[in-house]
Amino acid sequence: MIKSQDSQNLYCKNLSVGYTNNGNKKIILEDINLSLKKGNFISLVGINGSGKSTLLRTLAGLQKALEGDVYLDKRKIAAIDPVQKSKTLSLVLTNQQISKNLTVLELVALGRQPYTNWLGTLTDSDKEHILEAIRATELENFKNTSCFELSDGQFQRALIARALAQNTEIILLDEPTTHLDLHHKASIFLLLKKIAHTHNKLILSTTHDIEFVLSLCDKMIVIKGKTCITDTPDNLIQSGVFENLFPDNTIGFNTQSKQFFIR
Amino acid sequence: MISSVNHTPKFLILVILLIAFFLVNISLGSVRIPVDTIISILLGNEHNQKAWTYIIIDYRIPKAIAALLTGSGLAVSGLMMQTLFKNPLAGPYVLGISSGASLGVAFFILGGSALGLSSILIPGSWGTILAASLGSFAVLSVVLLVASRVRDAMALLIIGLMFGSLTAAVVSILAYFSPAEDLQRYMFWSFGSLGDISWGALQLLCLCYSIGIVLALSICKSLNSLLLGESYAQSIGVSIQKSRFIILISTSILAGSLTAFVGPIAFVGLAVPHLIRQWFTASNHWVLMPACMLGGALLLLFCDTIAQMPGLDFTLPINAITSIIGAPIVIWLLIRKKKLLF
Repeated sequence: MIKSQDSQNLYCKNLSVGYTNNGNKKIILEDINLSLKKGNFISLVGINGSGKSTLLRTLAGLQKALEGDVYLDKRKIAAIDPVQKSKTLSLVLTNQQISKNLTVLELVALGRQPYTNWLGTLTDSDKEHILEAIRATELENFKNTSCFELSDGQFQRALIARALAQNTEIILLDEPTTHLDLHHKASIFLLLKKIAHTHNKLILSTTHDIEFVLSLCDKMIVIKGKTCITDTPDNLIQSGVFENLFPDNTIGFNTQSKQFFIR
Repeated sequence: MISSVNHTPKFLILVILLIAFFLVNISLGSVRIPVDTIISILLGNEHNQKAWTYIIIDYRIPKAIAALLTGSGLAVSGLMMQTLFKNPLAGPYVLGISSGASLGVAFFILGGSALGLSSILIPGSWGTILAASLGSFAVLSVVLLVASRVRDAMALLIIGLMFGSLTAAVVSILAYFSPAEDLQRYMFWSFGSLGDISWGALQLLCLCYSIGIVLALSICKSLNSLLLGESYAQSIGVSIQKSRFIILISTSILAGSLTAFVGPIAFVGLAVPHLIRQWFTASNHWVLMPACMLGGALLLLFCDTIAQMPGLDFTLPINAITSIIGAPIVIWLLIRKKKLLF
């Protein structure tokens, strides 16, 4: 399954995202041009309410774009059959009403649904994918633990394992590290980076932990105003985009230490 | 879904209990019939006591089968509603189906005299059955219409509850202007009754039940994915609109037809899925659904056995018995587990 180097896995041109309310379009972001390839760990950053999640949901096809189209492997995402799409793109979302009665194993196994028959019977290869996902997220000891007994970090890892079991080329994550302490944040980001590189996947994650991902991700999409800038972390630092990322001047950025500080 | 637990013993226990309760149910009643006679009648032998044969074949067996179908149908629709709405308090009636049926029957019995129409136009229980079906169908059509316009399942839940309040209000207005006699007839219907069901009606009920159950089984895989919430379900290839529609249709056929034939039966649809979930410690609907069918049938047979007060010559309203048994069960579950997870 080796594709030519210039194949774009996730692509959009002149995309506008936002909401329609009673026929009125509320544009949150416009003129977004992205072309993302697999093998990359990319983070999507921006201030609160800048439209990170809206952009992510639009890229995932969960909500309609106001203008333009999202292309998944050169096909319009809205035109792809849901089951077909679920074999190419998987999601890790926060604040979903997940039944916490599910055990980790059951939760991860649900990731195999696109591949199973109408009874949901798991084949040996399905089981292998599930166990591999559990191993990759180091959840072997919690296989039969119910989700309500897990810590936030473990639960987050289980959600990532579910997406891994779905075995897609693209994984989109919405704030996978909220509520986690430094240690767990680091372990999640390192895990994502490892997966992107070793399994040659495209991983796109929104996050508030800019300092963390600066040293970890291959590319960054920074939302500024109504549009966004995509580049490598180093180039972005050079361009000075972080110095005035936040409104008013309370937060500054030190290009040497790659850290934010309070003015 | 993967499960490390073997559920076969629990299923076996349920099946054995169900058969036992079915036999106990038909052997008890206001008329005492010896067990060996019952068995010989069941085996198809004519008995010189014609009345006994009649009681068993044309009253007790249809009643027991009605209890079986009602219990299992309501439990399955309760399970589907709880999963769809992600709400442990959801039951088969949250969509306003029972309120719709009540409204139909209220119009038929109470409105009949108020509007100068005689409800004797349609003889026997068929009139109430028809009125209840029309009522639940009307409410259901509105709910389905609304469901195609709202994206949020919670909004649907509230709309169902609002329908409940609306119909309750209309029923009380009708009741206010009705003669005591009609009011009593309406009250009797609302008590629920498994007893006045003929073999003919039972056949029709069986048909509706089968359609509802087949639809429910066909949607098990989607129900499993709905455990992750609607966004996740979509991301693993489930069409939310289509699944929601099938779930609503299946629930409406089950709860609507059952309510039409036996009247409203409380708590079975709410309590059984919780009991089954906790006992089986499972989330997979391929396990839960058959288990709920067995468990619901079992619970209603049990309630019916109590309701007919063995040895006494009167029967208690089944709807009251299910509440008297169901409510403490739910309270006990809450106290024991502190939280109803689903």
